Amino acid sequence: MAPVLEVSGLSTVFHTRAGLVRAVQDVSFSVEAGETLAIVGESGCGKTMTALSLMRLIPSPPGEIVAGSVKVAGTDLLQLDEPAMRKMRGSQIAMIFQEPMTALNPLLTVGRQIAEMVSLHENVSRRAADARAVEMLRHVRIPAPERRAKEYPHQMSGGMRQRAMIAMALVCRPKVLIADEPTTALDVTIQAQVLELIGDLRRELGTAVVLITHDLGVVAETADRMIVMYAGRKVEEGTTQELFAHPNHPYLQGLLASVPKFGAGEGTRLREIPGIVPALNNLPQGCAFAPRCSAAVAKCQQAIPPLETKRPGHMAACWVS
Amino acid sequence: MIQYTLRRLGLMAVTLFGVSVAIFVLLRIVPGNIADILFDSAGMIDPAEKQQIVKDLGLDLPLVTQYAHWIGGLLHGDLGYSYVSEKPVLDEILPRIPITARLAGLALLFAICTGVPFGVISAVRQNSWLDYLLRVVSLAALSMPSFWLGLLVLMAFVNWLGLLPIYDKAPATTGAAILMYCVPAATVGLRSSALIMRLTRSSMLEVLRQDYVRTARSKGLSEAAVTFTHALRNAMLPVITVIGIETAFLFGGLIVTETVFNIPGVARFLVEAIRWRDYPMVQNLVMFIAIVVVSVNLIVDLAYMLVDPRIRLRT
Repeated sequence: MAPVLEVSGLSTVFHTRAGLVRAVQDVSFSVEAGETLAIVGESGCGKTMTALSLMRLIPSPPGEIVAGSVKVAGTDLLQLDEPAMRKMRGSQIAMIFQEPMTALNPLLTVGRQIAEMVSLHENVSRRAADARAVEMLRHVRIPAPERRAKEYPHQMSGGMRQRAMIAMALVCRPKVLIADEPTTALDVTIQAQVLELIGDLRRELGTAVVLITHDLGVVAETADRMIVMYAGRKVEEGTTQELFAHPNHPYLQGLLASVPKFGAGEGTRLREIPGIVPALNNLPQGCAFAPRCSAAVAKCQQAIPPLETKRPGHMAACWVS
Repeated sequence: MIQYTLRRLGLMAVTLFGVSVAIFVLLRIVPGNIADILFDSAGMIDPAEKQQIVKDLGLDLPLVTQYAHWIGGLLHGDLGYSYVSEKPVLDEILPRIPITARLAGLALLFAICTGVPFGVISAVRQNSWLDYLLRVVSLAALSMPSFWLGLLVLMAFVNWLGLLPIYDKAPATTGAAILMYCVPAATVGLRSSALIMRLTRSSMLEVLRQDYVRTARSKGLSEAAVTFTHALRNAMLPVITVIGIETAFLFGGLIVTETVFNIPGVARFLVEAIRWRDYPMVQNLVMFIAIVVVSVNLIVDLAYMLVDPRIRLRT
């Protein structure tokens, strides 16, 4: 099956007073219809910037996509002019955001915000658009959708707002859904419900999902494949099962080791990765992870390791492993 | 919402009572009454006559009695007689109200119609030359006292260009009136316009950074739709409040501008009444202005509720 979303060599920079910030460097991946790809990494590793680059929503200036291509069903989004790109947003590639409280307009009813998406991309009457909004709210399992459609975001709970957000993103049946930390702001039981909902809709509508998260538990539950990002670069890629079973890059090994384990015994210290993510305007010459890596050798300081196939269907960028 | 309105009306009554006491007391603190002024300036010299005037006007009564007389009359719609013209206060005030109302209305209209769009432009084109220009101009407008601005405008329009009709008689048609009032109105409104512009700008900049604006863009909306449907409505919330406050300030500007442009409105009349210590006139005019300001603020708060469902639907 041909991938619905093909990203290759994507590089995004920010021109700031502190110098050139390389937020995303040479990132490539593809997602098939109905598949979930997780992008994993610490805060500031370029996950959200990758997502915004796919939508071409990087604030510009200071941001700029300097290289690469983002193909949705064969159309390279980076080659489109702005009006053509606007037609793609929402209808072909949609996004849901981390904080559903602030991501919905407080002055418009939820129904109106969903219907606005329909009116924008489909030639239907306002009444038909409103009806579609109600139908979509029912679809995301919001009880009494007719009444809820007339409510404002502040009248809904966090979980319900995120459902409404999902309804809005999927109402025009986009081929690709980007979910940027969709459950981070929700409590754990609601998290599970929202993830399940995204999974069900993905299967039902055949949407390709790019799930951005730092929560490895979420990845394990929902993603078919995952890529690991560090300091703006992809450092590891493979199926979720493979990567959890055989983490190759010391960074992923560190991430997995830092997940608290139940029954590890009292007094066992949680293992963390020492140090912090380097500033993106001042990256080391070699592997960006080398300063924090216990396995680093001299070569790691000098040259950036290429992505290599380490095991079948498993790529990583590391000199040592 | 009805409950809220009723509560606000109650508060309005309290505010107006406070204003009435304040103006009553303040007027009596100012040295001299009408009798003194008549004697000082009009050359009356007979002390018995002065005593008679004081007695006739009831100025020798205890303050509480004077206050009770005034408020008692006010509540019955009897505003008393002007000390100076000896005509009923209502007859003096009423014909002047439309003049000031037009001027104030035009000034507010000017302030909103220039302040909001320029603020939006300035925010959307942040850090462009246009933004810098608008910011400098608005800062200058804010810093200029309106009496000085009024004189400059008079000099420019009347003396040099000869464009502006001077108020010598009441304009015959509404069109003529608007033409006559537009320049003074702009003079009064300029300060408010600058304030609204700067506030709209900062409020827009704040709102444009919000997540829901990014959401709106991610839906594929055009920049115009993002700016006007999603951002501007949110950005207007603080601006609406300031428009209410500015209405009160507008009266200060009106007093000066009506004087400079020789417009026989309520505001200029107030200054004259104060000069003559025409107590019934001043008290009732101030009450009138207070009622207008308080009402406008109520309307503004109700408008705020209409725009913001978070306030409207709070239980």
